[in-house]
Amino acid sequence: MKHTKKLAEPARRDRTDKLDNLLANDNAVSVIVVLLGLLFGTLLIILVGKNPSGMYSAMLQTLTGLDIERGTWNARYIGEWLTASLPLILCGLSFGFAARTGLFNIGAEGQYIAGLTAAQFVALYFPPIPILHWVVALIAAAIAGALFGGLVGWLKARFEVSEVVATIMLNYIAFFLSRWATMQIPGSNTYKTPSFPASAMLTSNLLQSLTNDSRLSIGFWVTILCCILYWFIIEKTKLGFELRATGYNKEAARCSGIKVTSRISISMILAGVFAGLAGAIVALGSFSYGRVLAGLDNYGFNGIAAALVGNNTGLGTFLAGLLFGMLASAQPLMQSRQIPKEITWIISGLVVVLISLRAGAKLFLAWRAKNKVRMHMEIQTASDAASLEDSLNSGNGGQKHNG
Amino acid sequence: MGSFATMIPSVLMIVAPILITAVGGMICERSGVVNIALEGLMSIGAFTAATVHYFLEPLTPLSIWIALIAAFFAGFVVSIIHAFASITLNADQVISGTGINLLATGGTTFLSQVFFKMERTAPFRLGMMPGFSGIYPTAWIALAIVIVAWYVLYKRPVGLRLRACGEHPQAAASAGINVQKMRYVAVLLSGGLAGLAGGCLVLTETIQYTVNTINGAGYIALAAVSFGRWKPLGVSAASLLFGTAVALAIYMVNIESLRFLPSEFFSVLPYIITLVTLVVFSGRNYAPRASGQPYERGGS
Amino acid sequence: MAYAIEMLGITKVFPGIIANDNITLRVQENEIHAILGENGAGKSTLMSVLFGLYTPEEGRILLRGKEVHIKDPNHATALGIGMVHQHFKLIHNYTVTENIILGNEPRDRLGNIDLGTAQKEVERLSNMYRLEVDPQAVIEDITVGMQQRVEILKILYRKADILIFDEPTAVLTPQEIDELMAILARLKAEGKTIILITHKLREIKQVASRCTILRRGKVIDTVDVDKTSESEMAAMMVGRAVQFQIKKAEAHPGPVVLSLQNLSVKNSRGSSAVNDFSLDVRKGEIVGIAGVDGNGQSELIEAIVGLRHVESGRILLNGQDVTSKGIAERIRMGVGNVPEDRQKHGLVLDFRLDENLILKTYARAPFCSRSGLLNFEAIRQNAQRLIEIFDIRAARGPETKAREMSGGNQQKAVIAREIDLSPELLLISQPTRGLDVGAIEYIHSRIIAERDKGRAILLVSFELDEIMNLCDRIVAISKGEAVGIVDAKQADEREIGAMMAGLRSLHASDLEGKAHLMANPS
Repeated sequence: MKHTKKLAEPARRDRTDKLDNLLANDNAVSVIVVLLGLLFGTLLIILVGKNPSGMYSAMLQTLTGLDIERGTWNARYIGEWLTASLPLILCGLSFGFAARTGLFNIGAEGQYIAGLTAAQFVALYFPPIPILHWVVALIAAAIAGALFGGLVGWLKARFEVSEVVATIMLNYIAFFLSRWATMQIPGSNTYKTPSFPASAMLTSNLLQSLTNDSRLSIGFWVTILCCILYWFIIEKTKLGFELRATGYNKEAARCSGIKVTSRISISMILAGVFAGLAGAIVALGSFSYGRVLAGLDNYGFNGIAAALVGNNTGLGTFLAGLLFGMLASAQPLMQSRQIPKEITWIISGLVVVLISLRAGAKLFLAWRAKNKVRMHMEIQTASDAASLEDSLNSGNGGQKHNG
Repeated sequence: MGSFATMIPSVLMIVAPILITAVGGMICERSGVVNIALEGLMSIGAFTAATVHYFLEPLTPLSIWIALIAAFFAGFVVSIIHAFASITLNADQVISGTGINLLATGGTTFLSQVFFKMERTAPFRLGMMPGFSGIYPTAWIALAIVIVAWYVLYKRPVGLRLRACGEHPQAAASAGINVQKMRYVAVLLSGGLAGLAGGCLVLTETIQYTVNTINGAGYIALAAVSFGRWKPLGVSAASLLFGTAVALAIYMVNIESLRFLPSEFFSVLPYIITLVTLVVFSGRNYAPRASGQPYERGGS
Repeated sequence: MAYAIEMLGITKVFPGIIANDNITLRVQENEIHAILGENGAGKSTLMSVLFGLYTPEEGRILLRGKEVHIKDPNHATALGIGMVHQHFKLIHNYTVTENIILGNEPRDRLGNIDLGTAQKEVERLSNMYRLEVDPQAVIEDITVGMQQRVEILKILYRKADILIFDEPTAVLTPQEIDELMAILARLKAEGKTIILITHKLREIKQVASRCTILRRGKVIDTVDVDKTSESEMAAMMVGRAVQFQIKKAEAHPGPVVLSLQNLSVKNSRGSSAVNDFSLDVRKGEIVGIAGVDGNGQSELIEAIVGLRHVESGRILLNGQDVTSKGIAERIRMGVGNVPEDRQKHGLVLDFRLDENLILKTYARAPFCSRSGLLNFEAIRQNAQRLIEIFDIRAARGPETKAREMSGGNQQKAVIAREIDLSPELLLISQPTRGLDVGAIEYIHSRIIAERDKGRAILLVSFELDEIMNLCDRIVAISKGEAVGIVDAKQADEREIGAMMAGLRSLHASDLEGKAHLMANPS
């Protein structure tokens, strides 16, 4: 006996279908959120009495090197934009990689500092052999970041400590440790160390000449490599399968024989590697001497925005990192056009808040999707009705965030 | 030994903002919402207080208190965003909280640029003055807040209902309690308290607001909530412990026997202590059961 | 004939399904009226409408002849309607008294909560209705039976005179069920009107005077319970003559596959869940564990799977000690598991169907190469094969997200995966929870087929009928202990029920011991 009554009118169904499809498309949501952020930023600028066109012309100049007002073109802006994006992309990969496994890695900042410090040490202490010098520095940075990330993973796995507060404490610990350690280097004062030997630096003559002497370095290639590696590991490998399963449903993964504890640790170690490399690229690509950090560079935190907008994917994080890098490197240009440069941080923060709403929207959409499938399939068995009742009675069976 | 005793007012000065924020965080989590944004809300409160006090200082002797009230309201208003996102829209509470922290950093610096043309507020002349036996009024404010919180949570009907929302929102709903409204109140209150705490901090410990003013105090308060097992007495003790660590960091330099240690050691001490206690003592079994989980209406 | 409640022409629709289709229900004053139906028939929805949780699309509700529009549960409570839910709404770390007064607290002159008055009121109600509770006990420490009494007191405290019970006996031992039936009779004697939602025919026969049967959202009939037999009611509930017995061949058990020896396991809170449990399961037989939820079955299965640490005792698989071996290794050695909560332990809902189907075998060829690269084509083909064999319905085939599949098909996917592993030992918990009769029959026949292929099967179920139908041997579990093992052919339901309550089998103990136990039931 078939139960064939269908109740929604087709026309209305089509319209809600389209909206649902749009909202379900993560990429579309990201674009909408960014546009909303820019819109809000524009309104805020107007509100404080400045001319928003300054913000947009600054952004244009950053992206293309084109100065609309003066009609000049300088590729260095493009180079600087890319340089500013690299650590954001890498820290975004760091956050995203952990997020795919269900972990909230706000410790990218500390892992970044660890990598940065390690790279500076290798630069100053390792024999100045060309190419090998910076390769070893990168490896050291990766290991330092891995250790810091691994520490968090271990704490989480062994003690069930919430990674949120623990990683923030580790960020500050890394910061002060870095300051102290760097100041121990002979010849250092309270804000910098002696200059690096040329063999340690990541300068790339090719890239520099392409971008009119900007600071764009070998880090560019490293970053692209990391994005590809990220995508490959997560989507194509057995490890990625295990990480994703753990991230979506830790219990089911455990029941299936996946060693969840070690996956969590591996995930945090790799997340630390990405952030550590970010630190090395900044230290050896943008500076010619070691820094005694005076404050947080904040790439770790801003990288979070890049990962969220990029939906924790390799390509998405790359593009989002470019976006936020553009916002960051446009700051001096904005300042010179009388626009307070903090507007970019406000836009970043707003984007993150808006993105957080997506989690809620997703739960709602999942519920609707389930019922939409039934609208198109005729209801034939009471089991469908039963599970509908089940899910209505017990709330969602979806993910819960571990805070 | 004498120097330790004289440190007490300074310790209390530092403990007070942490404790006020922690009480707010405790109330919020007891109702079922996790509020990572406490750090950002403290920043907003500190900025507001510093700005208001700067402008009102030459005009009235009450400017300190007006500044504190303004700080409370600033935190209150901004936490509407977090409340709306987490409660009405069922967003991921940790992400929305982090977003507010980012917003706060940017927003306060932005407004500093607008008002003062620099990345910090202009320094005010005189902050809050210590009172009886050198103890700042903020310590008494903090004490009063803890006592009131305890009383309301455990002796008043609204407290019983609020705690129910954090343990088992469906049970609370079936008893006729408006869970969403309760949670809104809790979140907004915690935002206001964090703002107030930020104001207390900036008016007692320094002369202006910068991005480094709060420097993790909001997160330390969060850790105090967890370490204190979400109960007023525990949270007070935890705040005292962490605040003492921070104070030691600042005042260690005055103790001759410890001069040989680098200053970074003292700076990092509070964070290490917080981390270690978090690892050794935190128990997720003590958290309110429904804390951090979005509540969906309409289930039977 | 005064009606306390009349629900006239109620229609309630959710996206894609009509949960209640023009339902008319009339409940007389001071009667116990049962609502009978399978899972998904619409009983809970109908009562949720009455309790104000949903608003119907069509229809009216009359309370003692006057039309009412019930906006929300508060309104329902104010009208004197109370509901005892299937999943208790109790705060685990509040006391009995605090739970009862929540939302309606007595206050003293200063406005503080007056716990003294509250406790007195709880004691008064408790005595009046003979609902025994300890007012100062904390909920997580008391028995399920007492928790249910607290739920009942909650609504009596709010002066309900129309009481709705939603599947109240699902979580009770047979002894507690008898106590509840007595409570219902007492409440009726005190003048209350009771609506009882259930799918258990025996209980309806015991206490109800009239019964309304629902099927697929429609009312089939309202009958006088005295004049209608159980099989007639069952037939109306299901829509055809119901086979109470499953046809199956004789079992031919072979050598022992699983041997549990003096197993002791703790639960998540640190107290003892399984105590000195011993059991053997052979090739080609189905052993059932009968017991009420919460007596250690979950922990026992988790220990065998490898999810839970064993305090003492051994687990042997084909003679080999696996007590300290990891989960992956046990899977390799041939342990298959259909978990009791398919969404929590069985499936990754955000994975596709084909990914879920290789959840345990993803590391093996052909799904994965030596270097760790996944072979998506092989994964998809595997899913296609299983979809055909097991008739799994998924809108987009292997690419469907598990979340979008119906409960029955999700369960089929889990069972398909586990059976496809060709396990030596198959653990099955609550395989047919929430499924309709058609799916249940299919799954039962599959289980028997696997037994006939020579698998050793350990079945945990809270439905005694399912255990008695499927199993060759039955172990009753109570408070983590094996209370007795009987051969299914000779088993008597009453006897197993008694064992589930902790009373040892008549066959298993001497007379003295039996007398002692009968005098002091645990």
